[in-house]
Amino acid sequence: MAAGTFAEKGADLELVGITKTFPGFTAIRSLDLFIPAGSFFALLGPSGCGKTTTLRLVAGLEEPTAGRIVIGGKDVTSTKPFQRPVNTVFQSYALFPHMSVLENVAFGLRRRGIASPLEKAHEALRLVELDHLAARRPAQLSGGQQQRVALARAVVNRPALLLLDEPLGALDLKLRRQMQLELKDIQTEVGLTFLHVTHDQEEAMTMADTIAVMNRGEIEQMGAPEELYELPRTAFVANFLGQSNLFTGEVVSSTPNALTVAIAGQQLVIPSARAPRRSGTVTVGVRPEKLLLLTAPPAAPSSGVNVLGPGRVIDVSFSGVSTQYTIAVPGIGDVIVFAQNMVFGPVVHVGAEVWVSWNVEHGFGLEDSPAEAAAGVADAASAAGADGDVATSALTTVKA
Amino acid sequence: MAFSAFASAPAAAEPAVRRRSWIALVLLLPGILYLLLFFITPLISLVFTSFQQPVINGDIGQYSAGFQWSNYTDSVVQYLPLILRAFGYALLATLLALVISYPLAYFIGVKVRGFPLVQSLLLTLVIAPFFISFLLRTLAWKQIMSDEGPIVVGLKALSIFPSDGHITGTPFAVIFGLTYNFIPFMTLPLYATLERLDVRYIEAGNDLYASPFTTFRKITVPLSLPGIVSGTLLTFIPAAGDYINASGDFLGSAQTSMVGNAIESNFLVTQNYPVAAALSIVLMAVILIIVGFYVRRAGTEDLI
Repeated sequence: MAAGTFAEKGADLELVGITKTFPGFTAIRSLDLFIPAGSFFALLGPSGCGKTTTLRLVAGLEEPTAGRIVIGGKDVTSTKPFQRPVNTVFQSYALFPHMSVLENVAFGLRRRGIASPLEKAHEALRLVELDHLAARRPAQLSGGQQQRVALARAVVNRPALLLLDEPLGALDLKLRRQMQLELKDIQTEVGLTFLHVTHDQEEAMTMADTIAVMNRGEIEQMGAPEELYELPRTAFVANFLGQSNLFTGEVVSSTPNALTVAIAGQQLVIPSARAPRRSGTVTVGVRPEKLLLLTAPPAAPSSGVNVLGPGRVIDVSFSGVSTQYTIAVPGIGDVIVFAQNMVFGPVVHVGAEVWVSWNVEHGFGLEDSPAEAAAGVADAASAAGADGDVATSALTTVKA
Repeated sequence: MAFSAFASAPAAAEPAVRRRSWIALVLLLPGILYLLLFFITPLISLVFTSFQQPVINGDIGQYSAGFQWSNYTDSVVQYLPLILRAFGYALLATLLALVISYPLAYFIGVKVRGFPLVQSLLLTLVIAPFFISFLLRTLAWKQIMSDEGPIVVGLKALSIFPSDGHITGTPFAVIFGLTYNFIPFMTLPLYATLERLDVRYIEAGNDLYASPFTTFRKITVPLSLPGIVSGTLLTFIPAAGDYINASGDFLGSAQTSMVGNAIESNFLVTQNYPVAAALSIVLMAVILIIVGFYVRRAGTEDLI
């Protein structure tokens, strides 16, 4: 990028066969990724999945062991961080403690010799509604204010590519929501390419156009938030992005329209179009909020509906908007149901005998082999435990 | 209600504060007594001595109380070159020590941060000279740099050095000795600040288009300023008053005498106590003024 000028618009980012090994472990395995210009892209994954390393590689703070990094059609693999048209909002903010807020924001502008840096810095501070604190030192600001200064310091440079390293992690829920919306606004307003790294699935889904779910240094699945959520391809995605009830069984019949799977004597049907594996042992799933709780067996088995049961309610947890029921179905395991709070409080209590049903088209099949699925479930569970942002994990152990 | 809560809070806290200050006083007492006995008293005595006048027809070194202001004017006029030389040498030695110590401290404190064993080994090497007496070390350098020593002989053999050249007794040798002797005092405070330097600020600087050099100048140096200030003070102050390195018995000669040498000879050789005392006070005052200015400017970061 020429000195003294801003990027006209966002640039696209291409990672080609990126591998990064540290002494003792491989952080990223042969990663290929294309992020189109002007998009809001989220890399989602648990701690240690390689997402922050990917970001640091793009910023130039780490060197890839193999592969190429291309920004806006230019190979930047061997350039230094200060030569790349990229700015980062660091997880720790890294605001320079010896400079005022204004000088922090003007720092990048001054380095590139852009005209009237202080004016532009004030403008950026107005964007994050902190111009009245321009003369303060970073240490005199609250965490949320520091975060916004860090954002202003990066955005003011109009980088072709803005990297966000879990920048909202330290904020409380309300401020985080507000900042998510502001970030999204800024992105649409200035038309930059955003690469956002986070372990918060809700944040990724709210903000990003495209999400890539990473696990163990590889991308598990990539797509629009709705697509990833409604049609997860692996057990890890199914359980890291929201929760899922997963069942493993043998395929008993396969037609171009429907796949029938036998699970502990009960038969479940899923649309063939939503099932990549169509023979042998397969894992199928359904989201807990798609399930309907029935207190009596359905009158007649109607086509287009899957029914499991009877089972016993073993846990009821009321969360205001919805109630989470855990139902133990003999031979199948625990099934989780999210029921919207349509009446006052829970409708059934622990010990009640219930059935669950769902529309056939809501089911999905996984690409994973049963062994891979088990590993994915375990990974997602440990990630939830480590990050603590998913209260419970739908662990459906199948005793087929 | 809220206001009354605010109003009563300080009142309730007061007895606790008073008790704490009483304990603090007791703990401070030994230090205060020590300073009174061994710093304030000699200082007052030094001031009195500096105004004394010789006893008429008395022995050498016999003086009586008086107010001889000319002790100051005479000694400053007589020893002005030595005073200026002392500050010039000390300044040069401080700058050299800073230039040598900063990369060393940066390497130990930042580059090998992940290897505590290497870090402690290198720090031990920095402090190692302290295990040998200051005088012995300086004498050893005198031997090494003497006319028959390997350096002078070698340089003469290579015809780089004139056949009548010396190293000892030159300003070079004195500044070298000062730099060498005070390097640990520079390195340790620098290390202490650089060791705590958060490298994420450096990464942020690089990310914001600052070249490594600009990042060093705009981020690393300002953030290590506390270490630079304490290191330069710990080097400059004792170096300005030093009389070992510049002495003819060690690395210097009559041409390299510093104010410390003048104080020493007046006190111990010619027994001209008032002049020695006056010079000591002048030295102290000048150092205080320089340091005062320096610390004030460093506090506002005008130095960068």
